[in-house]
Amino acid sequence: MSALRVKEVDVDNSMTISVTVNGTRHVRTVEPRMLLSDFLRHELGLTGTHVGCEHGVCGTCTVVFDGQAVRSCLMFAVQADGHEVLTVEGLGTIEELHPLQEAFQDAHGLQCAFCTPGFLMTLVPFLDENPDPSEDEIREAIAGNLCRCTGYQNIIAAVKLAAERMGT
Amino acid sequence: MKPAPFEYHAPTTTEEALALLVEHGYDAKVLAGGQSLIPTMNFRLAQPSVLVDLNHIPELFHIDPDKNGGVLVGAMTRESQVEHDSLIAKQAPLVHETMPHIAHPQIRNRGTFGGCMAHADPAAELPAVSVALRAQFRIRSQGSERWVPADEFFIGFFTTALQPDELLVEVALPSMPPRSGWSFQEVARRHGDYALVGVATLVTLDDRGQCDQARLVYLSVGDGPVEARQAADVLKGQTPTPEAIRAAAETAASADVDPSSDIHATGDYRRHLVKVLASRSLRQAFERAAGKGG
Repeated sequence: MSALRVKEVDVDNSMTISVTVNGTRHVRTVEPRMLLSDFLRHELGLTGTHVGCEHGVCGTCTVVFDGQAVRSCLMFAVQADGHEVLTVEGLGTIEELHPLQEAFQDAHGLQCAFCTPGFLMTLVPFLDENPDPSEDEIREAIAGNLCRCTGYQNIIAAVKLAAERMGT
Repeated sequence: MKPAPFEYHAPTTTEEALALLVEHGYDAKVLAGGQSLIPTMNFRLAQPSVLVDLNHIPELFHIDPDKNGGVLVGAMTRESQVEHDSLIAKQAPLVHETMPHIAHPQIRNRGTFGGCMAHADPAAELPAVSVALRAQFRIRSQGSERWVPADEFFIGFFTTALQPDELLVEVALPSMPPRSGWSFQEVARRHGDYALVGVATLVTLDDRGQCDQARLVYLSVGDGPVEARQAADVLKGQTPTPEAIRAAAETAASADVDPSSDIHATGDYRRHLVKVLASRSLRQAFERAAGKGG
């Protein structure tokens, strides 16, 4: 954990990577230190993935990486080379929302919505694996996502509503 | 904040990774799941000039049966995989019970079993569990290999027996003796937060139903895992009555630990929790050892 830099690094050590995001393959040349969250936002212009704390606490940068929810601020873009990422832009369209997005709207599971992409990308794989979750399971699933507006009650109601609609 | 620049290497074999560690020495840092290293780099508390990423080394990802009912866990095995593995659930139930307490699902999807050990955070759950289980750590360097017992692996605050040219490749979890019971308990302000205090407990009864051995290993009360040996001595040879458990819990709090204060809790409150968690975990572990309760 030393802050001392023992060795100088050649800053021009960029690498060319190929990442499939929301079904589209993107090839870019990036520095190894670029975070996956910044790659999505700055290189690909997919600003639906939000950046809050940038140290893995708030959960707003959560994306689905090879089918699993992960913090995109705690991965380097070069680590996504050859892998698949799903972001909130890949869920639904304005005309046709994903059932989970629709449930968040109907149950008032958001206010300012800064945290919402992270909640959605956490819950999509969760509901795939657990289509009929109990309230306790929902609370545990979203324990790693912070929301400062809703008080969480309506988020839990939205997940229940989505599970009900998606199950039938 | 953003990480400082670094040279990135993604070896595909352990040999290749070890050669990189020899080449770069103290300049290199090993990247496992990155759930502790990357935040530290984002804050620029750590600025390693070389990263050796182990995520492309397939031989480090495995959960296999070991001799005598133990389990071998590859260092890069994701915490979420350990959490849901049926062999772990059956042969290492203390580990199985502990996994959901570690951070959040998103973190466990990336975080690794070995990375958590090598990071040696005094507030982490798995180091304490590995000491309670008497796990063995397989450490490789170029051309050699050594096994280190858990209590010698953790040396102090974020410090392990690992040398800069060494890699933790596997953890061997021994099976529990017959008539053993286990319990993992912790108190955190919110589920998934670092625990104020936690304890990994393992007890074994003899054939007369008396305590043959008891191990209580605490987290968040010192520089690393802290074993309550005097509390264990109080229990040895005793019938695990509520009085015996209370006496052991009091010994753990008064003699075995000396927790310090920080912004999360005072030392006195931590000492109180040491006692409460000793009682809770011993009660549950003895019930399980006697075949009562699940």
